[in-house]
Amino acid sequence: MNLAQHLPILPVLVPAITAVLLLLLGDADEQRAWARRLALASALLGAVFAFQLVDLAGSGVLTVYRLGEWPAPFGIVLVVDRLSALMLALSAAVALPVLMYASGGWDAKGRHFHALFQFQLMGLNGAFLTGDLFNLFVFFEVLLIASYVLMTHGLGRERLRVGTHYVVLNLAASALFLVGMALMYGLTGTLNLADLAVRVPRIEGGEASLLQAGALLLLVVFGFKAALVPLAMWLPATYAAASAPVAALFAIMTKVGVYAIWRIHGVVFGADAGASAFTVQPILLPLALATCVVGVLGALAAHSMPRLIAWLTVASVGTIVAAIGLFSAAAWSAAMYYLVNSTLVIAGMFLLAELVATQRGRMADRLEPCSPVAQPVLLGLMLLLAAASNAGLPPLPGFVGKLMLLQAAAGHPWAVAVWTVVLVVGFFTLVGLARAGSILFWAVRPDMPANTVGGSPPRLLAATLALLVMSVLLSVWAAPIQRYTAAAAAQLQDRDAYSRAVLPESGGTEAQTTRPYRIPQPGPPPPLPLTDTNGAPR
Amino acid sequence: MMPSLEFLLASGIGFVTAAGIYLLLRGRSFPVVLGLCMLGYGVNVFIFTMGRLWTGVPPILKAGPDVADPLPQALVLTAIVIGFATTGFVIELALRSRHDAGTDHVDGHEPGQPKPHDHEGGPR
Repeated sequence: MNLAQHLPILPVLVPAITAVLLLLLGDADEQRAWARRLALASALLGAVFAFQLVDLAGSGVLTVYRLGEWPAPFGIVLVVDRLSALMLALSAAVALPVLMYASGGWDAKGRHFHALFQFQLMGLNGAFLTGDLFNLFVFFEVLLIASYVLMTHGLGRERLRVGTHYVVLNLAASALFLVGMALMYGLTGTLNLADLAVRVPRIEGGEASLLQAGALLLLVVFGFKAALVPLAMWLPATYAAASAPVAALFAIMTKVGVYAIWRIHGVVFGADAGASAFTVQPILLPLALATCVVGVLGALAAHSMPRLIAWLTVASVGTIVAAIGLFSAAAWSAAMYYLVNSTLVIAGMFLLAELVATQRGRMADRLEPCSPVAQPVLLGLMLLLAAASNAGLPPLPGFVGKLMLLQAAAGHPWAVAVWTVVLVVGFFTLVGLARAGSILFWAVRPDMPANTVGGSPPRLLAATLALLVMSVLLSVWAAPIQRYTAAAAAQLQDRDAYSRAVLPESGGTEAQTTRPYRIPQPGPPPPLPLTDTNGAPR
Repeated sequence: MMPSLEFLLASGIGFVTAAGIYLLLRGRSFPVVLGLCMLGYGVNVFIFTMGRLWTGVPPILKAGPDVADPLPQALVLTAIVIGFATTGFVIELALRSRHDAGTDHVDGHEPGQPKPHDHEGGPR
């Protein structure tokens, strides 16, 4: 058995096995040191596999892993293309520092933190890898169930209150997911994404309208997960109430929604989808731009640091989805670049906000003047770096991503709107963060009791810095990364190559199945439709 | 005249879903949980229906053109299992929230009452 052959499944299996081991180990205080080591080792291993997959996908190979060797579309496949590999690497890059940070004390404030963290990683990686719509639903549920518990990690009245809202909203969204998915299955007779991409263009007339209704239902679901306006209102309360490492990990959870929009609405219902081509185009771009505006307005009005960052998450999702809504390879490349950067920066900012809050006195993370922090220079510079990258100041990667987006938007009918919104949102992001930074670090009140906390532990500082440094490295290696994202966007738009890779038996065309059902016509029974490769009836 | 099976099933799904949405919009956690259950039932039957309605046809290929689609049945099973687990979790969470907040209102405080703060420094 060749391990390299099974590389695509390892990002799912490693966290799953680790989580089970962690559950067996238990979460008593005596075992915590071992649990931390095991979780960190597993995350490290996951990162190694993820970067191996990036290396593999970067050569242009589309790896298809058939679970149980069942041929698609009858079995479930995992597909590694450049975008999947990039998302896997991103989740590993966020998970490692966050885990390191959580091992600094947060993991002791509730039960089974590390096991749940691994389950969450398993769900994330699975969602990025799968090539099947129902399997996507299952991995969504895996990551959501883990996130429900992680959300309430540390307990407290506010977390439970917001956590209940979060769970109920997500369950309702899952119900909608099932309805949209069932509609697609009912009309096309397949759930395999490659097969869907082949069959959707053939649906015409009234059935196409029904299919598009299914696609729009899925947009509601993915838009909810990604926090697209008007379904973004849950995010700031949830992320602000969650503990810092959990909020930092959740920075990548919104991107799962973005990724699903990309796969379903960008590719399956994108160009070449016949009567259903560009189903969501008329609404995706306006909604995304509205998300940017609402996000930055929320950030300006925020009264605490985590809430401000959560609103900036909303704004960043708006920017990414706006780029997806432009439906061009250049814009998608910009979206990928910006997605990676904004996820890293926002995760780092959630951690940084807590470092600042613990060093301030009574006001903690509230944006009100208070006693000075213990390490003003270090934390101040970190916030400056994060703010400049988030707002898009050169030479930081936020600027590179936005520049790519603005260039890609040129010539598009909505170019003026995109330019205006992106630039104005960038400016007000800077205003909001400058206001926050000056209150946190400069508006010092000597009359308040000085806080007794010294500097932050080096482990927490290192974890936070790691996220910010990774974001800066995106700028240092901007050229190779940009080449990668450009190739990824081109690969994503090449539906034929994807179908050929996933459905080799039928040569990338519609696989022979008995579905979708038609009402049987009176008369002689039609020949058996399902045949094996030799043409003999099964 | 007997209404068709399709009509009965479609109106049944519609009724259960409508009841689920109504309950989901209530202000107390128990009706909300019930609403989620109802919504789940409606959705499950809907998935099942997407394999089309057949009578007297086995869900397996044999020497004949008619097969009932086995896949939606498998999908429904998965959806039921996931729905059952999440319902269990949301009940437990609602109970815990009720215990901590002293009320089962979804806002965490009785309507008309001031919003409580658990400690100084906001939500943390």
